[in-house]
Amino acid sequence: MNPALNAAVNAGMAPVATPWFFYVLAGLAVASGVAVITRRNAVHSALALIVTLLSVAGLYLMLYAPFVAGVQIIVYAGGIMVLFLFVIMLVNIDRASKDRQFNRIWPVGLAAACALMALFAFAIVKGKALFPDRGLSLPESSNTQQIASMLYGEAGRMGQYTFAFEIASLLLLVAILGAVIMTKKKI
Amino acid sequence: MPDFITSYLGSKVTPGEAGNQFWALVYVFIIFAGVALTVMWLLNWIERKALAHFQVRLGPMRVGPHGLLQPFADALKLILKEDIIPTEADQFVFWVAPLIGLLASFTVYTVIPFGPSQAVSDMNIGILFMLGVSSLGVLGIVVAGWASNSHYPLIGALRSSAQMVSYEVAMGLAVVSAILMTSMNASGTGTLSMLGIVRAQQQQGIWFIFKFFPLGLIAFAIFAIAMVAETNRTPFDLAEAESELTAGYHTEYSGLRWSLFMLAEYAAMIAVSSIAVALWLGGWMHPFPNLLSSPTWEFIFSLFPGLTFVGVAAIAFIGAARMPSQSFFRIQRIGLAVFAALLGFIALVLLVIAVAGRSGDTSLAARFREGIDYVYWFLLKVAVFIYLFIWYRATWPRYRFDQLMRIGWKVMLPISLGVLMLTAIVGVIVS
Amino acid sequence: MSDRKNDSTTDVSVHSLANLDLETHEKPYLDSNELVINMGPQHPATHGVLRVILKLDGEKVLGTECIIGYLHRGVEKIGENRTYAMFNPYVDRMDYCAAVSNGLGYCEAVEKLMNVEAPPRAQYIRVILTELQRIASHQLWLGTHALDIGAMTPLFYTFRDREEILKIFERYCGARLTTHAFRIGGCQYETYAGFEKDVKNFLTFFAPKVDEYEALLTTNRIWLERTKNVGVISGADCIALGVTGPVLRASGVKWDLRKAQPYANYSKFDFEIPIGTNGDTYDRYLVRMAEMRQSLRIVEQAVNGIPEGPIMGKVPKVIKPPVGEIYHSIEAPKGELGYFIVSDGSTQPYRLRVRPPSFVNLQALDLMVRGALVADVVAVIGTIDIVLGEVDR
Repeated sequence: MNPALNAAVNAGMAPVATPWFFYVLAGLAVASGVAVITRRNAVHSALALIVTLLSVAGLYLMLYAPFVAGVQIIVYAGGIMVLFLFVIMLVNIDRASKDRQFNRIWPVGLAAACALMALFAFAIVKGKALFPDRGLSLPESSNTQQIASMLYGEAGRMGQYTFAFEIASLLLLVAILGAVIMTKKKI
Repeated sequence: MPDFITSYLGSKVTPGEAGNQFWALVYVFIIFAGVALTVMWLLNWIERKALAHFQVRLGPMRVGPHGLLQPFADALKLILKEDIIPTEADQFVFWVAPLIGLLASFTVYTVIPFGPSQAVSDMNIGILFMLGVSSLGVLGIVVAGWASNSHYPLIGALRSSAQMVSYEVAMGLAVVSAILMTSMNASGTGTLSMLGIVRAQQQQGIWFIFKFFPLGLIAFAIFAIAMVAETNRTPFDLAEAESELTAGYHTEYSGLRWSLFMLAEYAAMIAVSSIAVALWLGGWMHPFPNLLSSPTWEFIFSLFPGLTFVGVAAIAFIGAARMPSQSFFRIQRIGLAVFAALLGFIALVLLVIAVAGRSGDTSLAARFREGIDYVYWFLLKVAVFIYLFIWYRATWPRYRFDQLMRIGWKVMLPISLGVLMLTAIVGVIVS
Repeated sequence: MSDRKNDSTTDVSVHSLANLDLETHEKPYLDSNELVINMGPQHPATHGVLRVILKLDGEKVLGTECIIGYLHRGVEKIGENRTYAMFNPYVDRMDYCAAVSNGLGYCEAVEKLMNVEAPPRAQYIRVILTELQRIASHQLWLGTHALDIGAMTPLFYTFRDREEILKIFERYCGARLTTHAFRIGGCQYETYAGFEKDVKNFLTFFAPKVDEYEALLTTNRIWLERTKNVGVISGADCIALGVTGPVLRASGVKWDLRKAQPYANYSKFDFEIPIGTNGDTYDRYLVRMAEMRQSLRIVEQAVNGIPEGPIMGKVPKVIKPPVGEIYHSIEAPKGELGYFIVSDGSTQPYRLRVRPPSFVNLQALDLMVRGALVADVVAVIGTIDIVLGEVDR
């Protein structure tokens, strides 16, 4: 049996009405995603994006990954989207919306969208065979523990992402420094 | 009686764990009604009376005996007020903004550990859930300020949300150091669940505020300051102060919508106080859990709920006796006496339960007593925090916005980082 | 002061702010943070009907302009059409927080014009009431200033204690706020029975209260952060602008009219002039607190030595000062309050000009808040201690 499901059931998270929740959350995510790109008002788009992120967090929960869901809400919906809203509200974008859009390179956009759809179709057709079974060596452990051992564990099968994790945080630091330097009037 | 009702009774787990949706809904309803009533009535009254007494005045005295019914009068007035929506405001977003804040503040209550089985559900990411949902409350404020389509509320909302986001960082780090302490047990595994954190304190026999002294205390202090900033209370209430230029994100809201914001703020106050109590002050445990755990001490501690209500009833009786004897005050005196009698009746019931259900029994009275004890000690500690909130508001001036941000980033963040590292080092050394 | 004009960071000319047409001002694409904000005239923190236009760069203040006149009642013009005694009640309404001081200044100015001196007993009564009024005015200032900065409680404490002073006033002359306590030539009312006892009771009552106010604020870290180095003005700038009163003394200039140009027998009393060092808001707070204590000293000496005698000098029934002019100023709680009276020999003054301290001190607002943050503007307006009745007259 799926060890993640086992761990989840032991932790008291037995699945309830899975198809119903899946269709609702997935539909909500898709609908609000469409709303993001179709709304004229930028703040409405941002709010729709928040709904998308929250429904994706719900989908994570359904995949027995509560830690990822929680972090998604804290970081993405509660932090990054707030910053998005700051920028939208502080920048006077009415003028921007009246400018001519970059419509001349629409073939490129179309080609990119078709490539993406081809990738999705390929993944759906191939199905489970696309992800070879690596096997989790930590049985019966919760999502938090698994993530922790992957990110912070010793090198080898587990802990293979420690280095990448540190590099990613260094990258974020560089981005922060760049933002500070660019916005300060005098250094 | 249908199965789904009786199957839960007598189990030692939360309804969420037991998978019992009916009782989960009942708990949710009790919590929601209890919190809403408490906030709207008790907190509002206590804040006005306590502030007034700090300021050498009496506070509301007319509406109901000693102003006890004043919050209801205010709520009625606010409901009956004209609902003004600025014409240029975004109608949908204007309507939805208070709801976001309210939802965020109230959803948090599903994981608050009032007792070992007195919680709606025990998520194994409980604390993460609480932090995440409180950060969604920030969105409500930002959106409210923008939807008013007016310059000052927008600035106020952006300031307020910048402040909340900044102090969330320090809050999160302080919380992490408390969670780190939960893993200082034999198996070396900690837990993110709220019930698990309190159980870890129970198991280790020490409240985390005293653990690795003074590290636990400093982490608690950081959280206690950050939570005041999170809820936009004095001394960090620049964004909603009246004497500043920006009049706050709820300027354009009138009547019931404004009261929803206030409701969300008070509910958030209780929620963050509950986090502080659960993480550092031992949650539902009575004081000195390791020293005073003999059956006689259990009995003495179980008398506390009843005695508290006896004390409050006595104060109410004395208040009724001291009312002036004009005919105008007769109805107030009668009302207060009835209220005192009600409190006395509750006290009597609690004392009877305490006496009838001594520990060691598994009778219904003993289960009731245990449940009441747990909830009582939890709520008592939360009440201390709420009083502190009100005390801060009465005493201190408010910080300027840049000073506020400086404290959040330059003082609290380094200290909480340092405490976290020291806790980890000390934990490794000790184990 | 002269290099202020060449200061390149402040390219705001005061008149350009008023001429800015806000509706049609074209906003740039990416809205840079400069904006013009209007504070008042209805505002909880401007201590009356004061309109302040602020030009901001983000949070920093680039320039201010005060627009006054919302409370202008034409008091000086009215003075030209009233006899000298009839004008006495009008004077209270200018600085309505310190009415007794206004009356003292006016009565003394007219007495000087007529070359009449009030008898010693009247002067002692005048000193007692004026110093009590100074304490009351400073208490009002403290309460409202603390409230602007966010501390709600000192307001109630100071107003509660101010009641005792107002009770004494009411027992003496019938009014609490606009007292009309003095007359030209002395005082009209004899002290009531129990006046000395009341004043002595107040002395013992009030001394620990100042400690109470200080305990709440003086060492409070938040108060220190909000007031230290906020609204700094140097002594030289004060003198150049004509700023007087506690603002001047907090900038280090030891100038108090009670010592420099004594009036009303102040030279008989032993008291100190508190001065500050930095000229910031915190120093002005400390100076006013110390002034309250010094006023207590003066009142104590005065009430212990009230001489017997008449309370009204030799003043004719119809007051017709000789032709001439006089300028007489006193140290009001807010600064130098001066009266310039030109008499043409008739019963009504030819010109009656009031030099209100708040009007002159308000000029310093611009200098004090340049480069400060928006939240400091409110604190600085409070610390200058203005009363719009005086500014506008």
